[in-house]
Formats: sequence, structure tokens, C-alpha cells
Amino acid sequence: MVRVDHTTRRRSAVHESFLKHGGFRYLKLALLLTAVCLGIYAGSSASPVRNGGSAAGYFLGILATVLVVWLAFLGIRKRAITGGRWSLKAWTSAHVYLGVAVLAISLLHSGFQFGLNLHTLTIVLLGLTVLSGVIGAVAYSVIPRRMSDNRGQLSGEQMIEAVQAVDAPLRQAARRLSEADALLVSSAIEDTEIVRGVFGRILAPDRNCPTARALAMMRRQSVRAGPLDGIEDKDEDDSERAVRERVTLLLERRSAMLGRARRHARYRALLEVWLYAHTPLTFGLLGALVGHVVSVFYMW
Amino acid sequence: MQDQGQDQGLAGTAAAPDGDGKRTLPAAESVKKIVAGPRVWQSPDPRAVRGFIRQGAARRGAGLGRPKASRPGETMFRRYGVAIVGSGPAGLSAAARAAVRGLDHVLLEKTDHLSDTIFKYQRGKHVMATPVQLVLRSDLAFDAGRREAVLERWAETSEGRQVHVRFRAEVVSIEGGRGAFQLRLADGDVIEAETVVLAIGTAGNPNRLAIPGAETVRIDYQLDDPRDITGEDIVVVGGGDAGIENALGLAEPDLGNKVMLLQRDMQFTRAKPDNVALLEAARAEGRLDFMTGVRPVSLAPREMTVETRDGPGTLVCDRVIARLGATPARRFVESCGVSFASADKEAFPVLTSEFESSTPGVYVIGALAGYPLIKHCLNQGYDVIERILGNQELRPADEPILVEKFGGLPGRRSVDEWLERMRTGIGIFNDLTSLQLREFMLESDVRVFSRGEAVIVRNDMGSSLFAILDGSAAVEVNAADPSITVTLPEGDIFGEIGLISGRRRGATVRAAEDSILIEAPRSAVLKLMATAPAVKRRIDAVTAERMIKQIFGGTISQADISTILAQCRLQSFKAGECLIREGESGFDIFIIRSGSVVAEKLIAGKEVFLSYVPAGSYVGEMALFDDGHRSATVRAAVAVEAIVLPGDAFRALLDDRPDILRSVQEQVYSRRQINGFIEAQKSSFGSVADMYSSVADFLVEQGIGEATDALLIDETLCIGCDHCETACAETHDGISRLDREAGRTYAHIHVPTSCRHCENPQCMKECPPNAIHRAPDGEVFIDETCIGCGACQRNCPYGVIQMETPPPKKPGLVSWLLFGMGPGPGQPPDSWIEKTLGGGGSKEKVKQAVKCDMCRGVDGGPACVRACPTGAAIRVSPEDYLKVSGMGRATD
Repeated sequence: MVRVDHTTRRRSAVHESFLKHGGFRYLKLALLLTAVCLGIYAGSSASPVRNGGSAAGYFLGILATVLVVWLAFLGIRKRAITGGRWSLKAWTSAHVYLGVAVLAISLLHSGFQFGLNLHTLTIVLLGLTVLSGVIGAVAYSVIPRRMSDNRGQLSGEQMIEAVQAVDAPLRQAARRLSEADALLVSSAIEDTEIVRGVFGRILAPDRNCPTARALAMMRRQSVRAGPLDGIEDKDEDDSERAVRERVTLLLERRSAMLGRARRHARYRALLEVWLYAHTPLTFGLLGALVGHVVSVFYMW
Repeated sequence: MQDQGQDQGLAGTAAAPDGDGKRTLPAAESVKKIVAGPRVWQSPDPRAVRGFIRQGAARRGAGLGRPKASRPGETMFRRYGVAIVGSGPAGLSAAARAAVRGLDHVLLEKTDHLSDTIFKYQRGKHVMATPVQLVLRSDLAFDAGRREAVLERWAETSEGRQVHVRFRAEVVSIEGGRGAFQLRLADGDVIEAETVVLAIGTAGNPNRLAIPGAETVRIDYQLDDPRDITGEDIVVVGGGDAGIENALGLAEPDLGNKVMLLQRDMQFTRAKPDNVALLEAARAEGRLDFMTGVRPVSLAPREMTVETRDGPGTLVCDRVIARLGATPARRFVESCGVSFASADKEAFPVLTSEFESSTPGVYVIGALAGYPLIKHCLNQGYDVIERILGNQELRPADEPILVEKFGGLPGRRSVDEWLERMRTGIGIFNDLTSLQLREFMLESDVRVFSRGEAVIVRNDMGSSLFAILDGSAAVEVNAADPSITVTLPEGDIFGEIGLISGRRRGATVRAAEDSILIEAPRSAVLKLMATAPAVKRRIDAVTAERMIKQIFGGTISQADISTILAQCRLQSFKAGECLIREGESGFDIFIIRSGSVVAEKLIAGKEVFLSYVPAGSYVGEMALFDDGHRSATVRAAVAVEAIVLPGDAFRALLDDRPDILRSVQEQVYSRRQINGFIEAQKSSFGSVADMYSSVADFLVEQGIGEATDALLIDETLCIGCDHCETACAETHDGISRLDREAGRTYAHIHVPTSCRHCENPQCMKECPPNAIHRAPDGEVFIDETCIGCGACQRNCPYGVIQMETPPPKKPGLVSWLLFGMGPGPGQPPDSWIEKTLGGGGSKEKVKQAVKCDMCRGVDGGPACVRACPTGAAIRVSPEDYLKVSGMGRATD
């Protein structure tokens, strides 16, 4: 019976964001790479051309192509959960910094010569891809804290439940309102959408919200009703007013809960929406890149 | 309700009556000793005629109750050779054995069907047959399979073997002694028997609703399926979790029941807050009603009279569901004169190796004896009858396993010789019976180590206990210099600190010569400590001694230790309880043996967090230098066991030993610095102090204090992509073991629902097949022998264990990416699983407990952390938690 002495597997509790990963390891690498490329660009002679056609440009082109393909691989990496000592955080970190660097390298590769052609389209697509990526990185570093503050320990499901929890008492209270008002309240319960499409969520989460409409109406009416006249049956008036107040209060609560759920949905959408540009742009870029490479070799 | 069933069982096993109500009992050689000669039993009680009921439980479709039942008038004139109480696996197996051996027996079952515990399993539940290596020796056949199949087989066998069973026979008392026991039943009958076998399990009896008129309305003490009851007015009595859950189930709108729940107190103190919230919500929706501060007074047909705070009232009532808690089986067993090993809740009855209890003639087997697995129970049923019949030759069923364990050892001794050597040679085993020792060895290992080989390694995770059967061991007391060792002689134990505190090993121990060691898993040792108080005392003493040595340095002399030990005592604290209160006076030192504590100081009316003290350290020393003035409050972060060292004894030690005094002074100095730091900052950092002040609460509440490795999510980085869950599911058969969104958050640090790998895992406490282990790296994991009983799920305070069946295999990543086949990475949705299985199949499969195993065996470590794109997911120990949440400064 042999027992192997082993040291404890050290699980790193390194608490750093993807941007700071490894003490900005990939930022440094990206800067270094850009500097080297800049040196190569500056050092290359301007004749016959200072673009991909020169030896230096050729090198920069290969480097940029390899980087673009590798960057696109993040999509596979994050979906293939395999064993091994990889960290998606490190990949993300590298993706962000090298992704920005690749734009610089590509511009150097182009020699800043643009025109109405496939080559320029490729670099424009690259630029847009990088831009959308940068927006994503900013979203990733800004939004989570706000989302956490808004969430206050509730899960998305619980937020919706919190909205629905108000429904039953609201329905009950509304029974004693006038028919028109009751209809308004029931429409608030039935027709309110919590989550809409991505853009709706981001741009106008509260537009045409039946709950908000019902709440506004109730508030307007209580203002119009004004102070007690003293002539009518005071008890009845009192109780009607109490019902109205209760309904208003419940609508306010529902509205607040809705607001939180919608903010949550909005933040989640903001964290995702840039990908709607980034991913198609990446595929467009890859297509254009293939065209660019093939055409360049064909024309050569 | 009496059934005049033909009593073939009696005719088959006992001689015919010989007129005058006298009966001659079988004269088989082997049973002579017990059932010799004719017996006469004259019962003047006419009620004794009642109640021998042949009752089928076929109404529930299990096909039980077919074994023989007695005929009235016949059985009252006899004394049985053995009365077996409880018809679970153990009792039924015993009865079958008795029937086969022709021993005059009666099997008493309080319900109207056999094996109530298994009967109550949900329909179609898969029953497991573990431990696999144990040979089955019983007249009842048993294989893993569906509940129905198992029960059907037992019912058939019992019938075939002509087992003599009496249903609805709840034993309320057992009096008398060997040869003449009287078992009084709930219906007033008295049964006489020469010996009694108690096989009643551990579930206990539900408390009854004892009010006038109780016979006029149907009263149920359990509710199997609320859907069986429709359109009734139901009163549920008892506002515990069981009562509330039943009431909610019965109040489902489509059942058409009118449900009223009665609670005696004004508040629902015994129920989970979640359940109370559901109950209140149900009332708000008008689905049911409840009353508090109310007591049932009497019952009449369709009516219950109750007493409320405002006077009496009546309720319409077709049926009463009474959920008034249960009297533990132990109380009844003790009333029969059977003594238990200790007053602890976990203690088992004291038994001889023949299963005989402290009352001669009363035998205890099955779960009640500490053997919760069906196979053990079946074997014990067989064995106990053989023992009662005086069969001394019978070798225990576990013999082959033990032969295998001891077989490879040098010395060619028999199992009995080895066990005897263990008992006499190893101190903690001195007082054990061979039954206990055998049981212990079934779970333990005998291991041979060659000279110099490492047995345990410093900083490894491990909770097994080692005992030196042969040879000796060397403890490397100084991490820096492995050549400094302390030798442990033959018969000594080690590893006990890891066992008790759940912390990492404190020192490396090597075999000092070629040695034979016994390695016992934590569960086996804990069970032994519960059954044998002597073992507990000895292990406690050894732990106390070694902890003191470890803390105050190895140089402390044996004489000093003994003086101190004599004055020490062990004290337990519940989570949140104070060990020390600020401002009070006292000199006692508390050495934290298990659990952990937090120190707090009251600043500007707020408890401000000072430090976290894990097991293996001590608190309370500062008062020695402060005239007994306690400068901070120390609270238990989780359940804590502490060795309390009286201040005087410690003072005396310090006066004698300047080296120890110095090390204590250093500790005091650093703790004072922390206090000073907090004190000095109090005016300048109001909001920061606020933050500090609730850290301790959060630690306690979330169990981070007892975690060895918890998953935390920094919400300032978390983008909610749920990659952690996806990765978890991908690494573990398609089931995610963590719920990211659920759980509490504090200072933007979120504690998701995921295993904390506690120091003293509650889940391990009650696992029948011992399927939960702690690996050397610290992870607590469940192996494939899980029988799906769900005990761990119920015991886990953090709700991180689920019962799941693995989903079917998915198409690969490439097929999904390119052709959209399958649900993609992560836990597949239920709809997809159902579609893939096509409705059938899945129900047959066993649900097993699943929880985080920290990606044990997966290269690269926990997948959740590796798969987090932003670095939000981190795994930390409690000490690291403070750093992560930005509060580490004061504790450094």
C-alpha cells in the first residue's frame, strides 16, 4: 500500500476583475505588441508601398489575421467546458486588450490607405467589431454594481413574484371601486408586461404601462375629490376614500416592484445588447477577411 | 372489523390445543430451552378476544397483509416463545426465521400492513441493497428494486413461511422478565412471551389527540396524499411544519376542501418562516383559514368544540388531521427497561454481542440498534432468532468481509484473535462488545505501513481516526524540522483533532517501524462514540491533551498537562451563543475544539467585528492581563465545542513557564492592537464601522464561519451570464449543483446556494450507506453508493443538496453549434428531458443526492471559477472571505 505524499492543491482566491487579471498582464502584452508593430512600421521603408504589400506589412497582416481568428475562438472556448488549467477570465482579459491592439496593428498593416473596396470594408468591419467590444467591456465593468444594488438579494423570478403578490389584494380592494375604476385596475393587472423585447427594455421600459396609467388616474381623482364636504354621509365617503387610498397604495407598491423588475431586465439587456452587434460583425469580419486574403493573393 | 381468518400459522408451528385451553408447544430439540412444556395462560379479560384481525393492506395496492393472522379465542391461552415488535425488515426477517425454525412466535405490527416505513416510501421508489459486499442471510429474499416489488416479495415469503402476524397491535408497555413478559397492547389485550425482540425502528409514535368524542370523527395522524381527500371540512390540529404543509396541500382549490388549521400558541414558533408565510398568503387568498391561541376541547359527529381566547366555539369537521409531533421511540424502549449508552440524542441501546439489551430476554435489532440499512436488518432478524434458540455456532454474516480485511496481515491470526487483540491492545476499544467491534471494523480499514511511510500529512484534509494495532508512529511536531518527532506507542490513536474539528491535519505522522494501523472513517467513529461513552471519554481526553500541547508548545511537561486537564471541562455552545461577554469579568480560557467564533466589540452602541477565530485557537486570555475584565464579546459562529481552562490553573502554568507566558503575551499584544485600531477609528469612519458591524452576523448566518471552501460571487463583476451554472452542469452529468441567483448578498459579495464544504458537515451525520466523505483536499462529496434516502438534503442547513436523476446524454457541442441539435451546454430544460425520454423510463431511475464536489478529479479545479468570464466567481475559506470583502485589515 503506497501512499503518495502530496501537497494541497492550492485553489487561488485571486480576487481581480478580468480587466486587472494577472496585474494587467494582457494590457502590458497588448501595449508591447503594439509598440513592436509600430517600430516595425516606422522602420520599414516607404517604397514601393507602405502597406500590406511590403514585407513589414505582410508580417503585420499575418499577425492581425492570426489574432482575429484567435479572438473569435472565445465563442467556442466559453461554450466548451473541458478540464484543464484554463480560465475564462484570462481569456476575456486577453480578448479585450489584444482585441484593441489588433485594430492598431491592422491600421498599420493598411498603411492608412483607404478606398471604396473590400480591403477597406474589412478594416471598417474590424473597427466596428472592436468598438462594439469596447462598449461591451465598459458595460461589463459599470453595470454589474448597479444591477446588484437594484437587485437587493432578489432573484429575477422573485422580482416577478413580488409584483404578482400585490395582485390578489389589489383585485380584492378594487372590487369596491366604481366600475370604470375597477376596469382600469384590472387592466393594470392583466395587461402589464414586465419584460419586453431587448430594445423596449432598454429604451422605454415604462412606456404605456397600464399600472402606471391606473396609478396616475387614481392620484388625479383623489386630488379632484378634495377635502370632505361635510354634507354627504360622512361614513360612506370615508370608506370610499379609504378604498381609494388603499388601491392607490397597492398600485404604488406594484409600480415600485415593476420598476425594480424592469430595471433588472434593462441592466441584463444592456449587458447583452452589444453582443447583437459584436457577434454578427465578427462573422462579417471573418467573411470579409477571407475575401481580402484571397483577393490579395489572387491579384498579386 | 374482526376477521375470522383460518389460523394455519398456528397449526403449522405449534401443537394443537389439548382441551381445557391448555396448549402443548412444539418439542423441537433446539427450541426446548425456551418453549419447553405445556403453558397455560388464563386471561379474564374478554377484550383479549378482540382484535386479532386479519387485515389486508391491499387497499393501497401493495398487496400486503397476507401472512397468517390469529383466530380469536385460540391465542389467548398461550405464551409465545418470542414476541417480535415491529414488522419492518428486521422484525419480519426475525419472524420468518422463527417460523422456519418452528419457534412459536407472534409478530406485532401497529399498522394494518407490514413494513410501515418502506410502505410509506413514495410509489415506485427504488429501494437500494447496500452495502453490496455484505452477504444476505435471511429467510426473506431481498434485492434492489422498486418499493412495490420488494414489499410484494416479502409479503409472499411471509405467507409462504407461515409467519404469524397480528396487525393493529400497538404495544404500549412491556413488563415482566425473561420467560414471562407481558406485552400490553393499545386495545387492552395482553400478550405473553418468553422473549421479546424490539425492532420498532427510530421513527417513534405520533402523539394522539386525546379529547372526548375522539371516536366520533375520523382522525388521521398522517397524510400520504392530500389528493385522496376531496370536498370535506377538515380541521388540521398543530401548527408545526407537518400541519402547515398538510393544510396547504388539502387546501388546493380543485380539491374542494374547507380547511381550518388550529395552533395552540399565539405564534407559529415551531414552523419554518417560509411555511408560515405560505400559510398567511393562502389565508389572504381565501384558500384556507387558521386560528391561533386555540385548543380543541371535544369532538362530536361533524363538529369540533374549541376553546379560544374569547371563549368556546364550534367548527364543522368531517375529518381531523392531527399533527402533534411524535414521541421518540427511545422513550418507549426505555420504559421497557432497556438502557441507552448515554443521554445524547444520538445514543443507541446498550447491547451484548447477541443483541440482548440490559433487560435479559429483551433483544433489540434494526435501526433502533443503530443499523439503518435494510440488509443489516434482515441479517439481524435471522441472527437474533438463532441466538434466542441458543445457536452458538452461528458465525456473523459479516465474517467473510472481516476475513478479507484481516486476511492479508502478517501473523496468520483468525478474525476473532485480531478483534481480541484490538480490544485488549487499543485503549479506546477496551469496553466494546464484539458486536460493536465487528460493526466498527466493517466500515474501517486495516492498513499496513512500512517504516517511514507517511500516514497523514500536515495540512491535508482528513477526518479519519488511526489506531495503532501493531508497531508505532512518529509525529513530526515541528513543521520546520521533520527530525523532531514524538513517538506514539502501540495502542495509541491519532488523527483525532481532524476528526473533531474538521480542520486540516496539524502534523505529519509517519510509521516509526513496520506497523499495522486501523483507519476508521469519521462516521464510524462518531457512531461508536454515540454507542460507547467510554470511547467518547477517552477520545475527548486525548483531544484535550493534544490541543493544549499543540497550542502552548510541545515543551509543556506531562505533569503540567495532567494538572490542567484535571481542571478542564468541555462545554458546547449553540451558534450565536456568547462564550464571553464584553464588560463582564472572568478568567476562563476557551480553547475552540470544533466550530469557530467571532470576536466583537461594542462601539457607539454597535457590535463591531474584530476577528474570526477558527478551531484550534483559544480566546479569553486577555482578561488575565486585565484583572479579569472582558474587553470584547466572543460569540459562536456555528455550533462550538470548547475546552474551558480555568483561569487559575492557566495563571499557575504561566507563572511556572515563562516561555509560554511570552507566547501568550504576543497573542494578547496583537489582539490589543486590533482593538486599539478599531477604537481609534471609531470617530472617523462612521460608515465603515457600520459595515464592520454586520459582518459577523453575515458570517454566522451564511455558515461562512464553518465553511472550508465557499463559492462567492462579487456582484460588482457578475454579469449574470450563468456560465458558472452551465459549467457546473457540463462537468457533472448535466445537473448544476449551484444556484447563482439564490442566496444572500452582503457588501456586494453574494453567497450563492452552493456547498460550503463545512468543517463538520451536517449532511454526513445521518447517511445510512455512509456515502458522504471528505477527500484529502477538503471537498465533501457523495459517492455512487447513495441510496437516495434524502437524509442529507434534510440535514443541510444551506439547502445545497438536491435529489436528482441524471438527464439523458446530449448531442455534442459541435452538433449544437452547427446544426442546433440538443439543448446546448448547461443543464437541459425539463421539457427537453421529457421529450427525449418519451414519457417513460425516467421514473424507474433512482434519484440520488447531488451536491458540489469542488470538481473532484477534474483537471484544473472547480469549473464554476474557471468558466467565469469576469472574475466574479471565487472560492475562498472564511479567513479569505474577510479579505475579499475588503475587511481583512483588522484581522491580519
